[in-house]
Amino acid sequence: MSVITYRQALRDTLRAEMVRDENVLVIGEEIGVFEGSYKITEGLLKEFGPRRVKDTPIAEEGFVGAAVGAAMLGLRPVVELMTINFSLIAIDQIINHAAKIYGMFGGQTSVPLVIRTPGGGGQQLGATHSQNIELFYSFIPGLKVMAPSTPAEASSMLRAAIRDDDPVLFLENLGLYNSKGEVPEDYAEPKNDNIATIGRAAVTREGSDITLIGYSRMATVATQVAEKLAEEDISVEVVDLRSLRPLDRQTFVDSVKKTGAAVICEDDWLTYGIGAEIAASIQEGAFDYLDAPVRRVAMAEVPMPYAKPLETAALPSVESISTAIKETLSAVGKRVG
Amino acid sequence: MSEIHMPRLSDTMEEGVISTWVKKVGDKVASGDVLVEIETDKAVMEFEAYEDGFLVKQNVSEGDTVPIGEVIGFIADSPDAVPEETAAPAAPASEAAEEPKEEAKEEAKPEQAAEPAPAAESTGERPRTSPLARRLAKEYGLDITKIQGSGPKGRIVRADIEAAAKDGSAAQDSQAPAASTPAPAAQAAPAQDDVRGSEEVKTSNVRKVIARRLTESKQTVPHFYLRRTIDAEALKAFRGQINQQLSSTGVKVSFNDLIVKACATALKLHPEVNTSWINDTLVQHHRVNVGVAVAVDAGLVVPVLHDTDKATLSEISTRTRELAGKARDNKLKPQEMSGGTFSVSNLGMFGIDSFSAVINPPEAAILAVGAMRPEAVVVDGEVAVRNRIALELSVDHRAVDGAVGAAYLKELAEILEEPMRIIL
Repeated sequence: MSVITYRQALRDTLRAEMVRDENVLVIGEEIGVFEGSYKITEGLLKEFGPRRVKDTPIAEEGFVGAAVGAAMLGLRPVVELMTINFSLIAIDQIINHAAKIYGMFGGQTSVPLVIRTPGGGGQQLGATHSQNIELFYSFIPGLKVMAPSTPAEASSMLRAAIRDDDPVLFLENLGLYNSKGEVPEDYAEPKNDNIATIGRAAVTREGSDITLIGYSRMATVATQVAEKLAEEDISVEVVDLRSLRPLDRQTFVDSVKKTGAAVICEDDWLTYGIGAEIAASIQEGAFDYLDAPVRRVAMAEVPMPYAKPLETAALPSVESISTAIKETLSAVGKRVG
Repeated sequence: MSEIHMPRLSDTMEEGVISTWVKKVGDKVASGDVLVEIETDKAVMEFEAYEDGFLVKQNVSEGDTVPIGEVIGFIADSPDAVPEETAAPAAPASEAAEEPKEEAKEEAKPEQAAEPAPAAESTGERPRTSPLARRLAKEYGLDITKIQGSGPKGRIVRADIEAAAKDGSAAQDSQAPAASTPAPAAQAAPAQDDVRGSEEVKTSNVRKVIARRLTESKQTVPHFYLRRTIDAEALKAFRGQINQQLSSTGVKVSFNDLIVKACATALKLHPEVNTSWINDTLVQHHRVNVGVAVAVDAGLVVPVLHDTDKATLSEISTRTRELAGKARDNKLKPQEMSGGTFSVSNLGMFGIDSFSAVINPPEAAILAVGAMRPEAVVVDGEVAVRNRIALELSVDHRAVDGAVGAAYLKELAEILEEPMRIIL
């Protein structure tokens, strides 16, 4: 095993896939000469040339549409959208074309497209560049939405996304690019067959008192919460959703059946958020195992403030999640520090 | 064969009293026919059949109370059909002492077995539990109604079930609670008292609601009282004038109608009294809905005149009579008794000089009106005989402070003494 960043895991896996399959190409803004706003495409233009590494104008609808067409004709484009916020300009291409073509045209052609894009607040990018709108895509049948939280997952899930025949929205996170984690030694090998199974959540830390559910950056925050509360003798089981569509309900429902209580943490807004879907699924799947109401900890219901203290206050934190956990546990008579 | 269940006829209804069986056993019933009149916590309401057939059984006799959802009777295609006994889950109080039926238990459908014990329903509220606690209680065979909850608002949680399972304090659930729990009638026994020669008086739901709400009001609302006697000469003259004008219409405006309208006029000028203190929050009402206390056989009811400020005196007069008539016939609909923002209680007709009324929550004030009496008073330095009415305002100090309440009563008194202002 070696320890690398989330960024490097993505970059090396993307390169490996381009080596493996000449139909894989990358397309997006500033990804060639500039090597990507977040350097995920570093070195690719030099290695693969401009036919397979396409710099585009600032025209998301156009280049996502072009990628949909390329995918329909047999290529495997990997689009980079600089942030998920810019996907709003291309949303018609994603929802009405990429997600619909296979079903609407009787399966004549699939759309093996990957849209890589980072979400995430906390970078002082202001209200329009800090949104977590993966919910929009998670809502749409015909799309798959993946959200890895570690370098190892980033690698095995990107490989799965590129090799999958359906359109995938591959959610990265600005706050995770520099995070480090262990990956298998051969993670960057083109022949590597370490491919994640799409649509699987994971229990990333076992515990017995309460289930804490998150994805993407919040899955890593959830782990920090669990580590902190372990010092206070509170045993938190962490579930990383990893896939928002399809949603692996079984994994978190089973966990809640074991612990009897759940808190969901999410970077998006509470109202109508991903957490609402999780909470509804928990009561459908584990009603008779719940000892307390399911709690959600989410972003404040405001456009993201720019000012650092306000931005920090708007986002869920280790503290606010810990408080929700302690309140839930004290309501079921568990001793909390 | 279909079961007729005790319906939920109002939001707050938990149980109902069978007031009158309109259809008798054996009667032919058409969908839409009134089957039974049911007394809820708020009113007596008609309950219609949903299907055609014959009423073949009444499970509950007139005057008996049953919780929502309980089977009160059966409708069948043939007048001779006999309902299966096992289909009736809970026996009425008089039959409660029957032996538990072993075979009935075994035949019970799974959904019925999962229902909470009927005894809990008839002797009190269903206990607040977490779903997990409920499931564990069933697995351990514990009677959840005997377990004390330690969670928020007394919620029974897993820890309580595990503790109870350990110390064995909760009796094993016998699954035959009707036999092991005294029937409600037996619990009323303490009323039997030979020393005082006492016995329990069967009361209506309305009586119980009055008892509960007024206790809640006096125990939780800090009342203070403001008194003022008004000169009613001008009011008397004004009423005479108005009724002369209205003589051809048959409408006759009472002093109470004038006072109700004046209260609304004054509330528009002093909106801070048209408020409620609810859960640590001051709530401002933008509609002025004055309730008028009406004494009926069953007790006290307060029909509400919605948008009193916008109604004319003749509308108030007509509507009050209509509502009071419905109240006496027990026909008020729940919506005709809710939404009040202020109340008026008038005992003048009983010759009462003045009295202190109990606030009708969540309203912030109630006006108590005494009898109009001629009194010797000093007017312009001379002793004169004038008709006067004593008013007393009871105020919720959480919502309205003394000076604010006093300003309101001053305004009201001035309006009544210059009654043209009532309609301006």
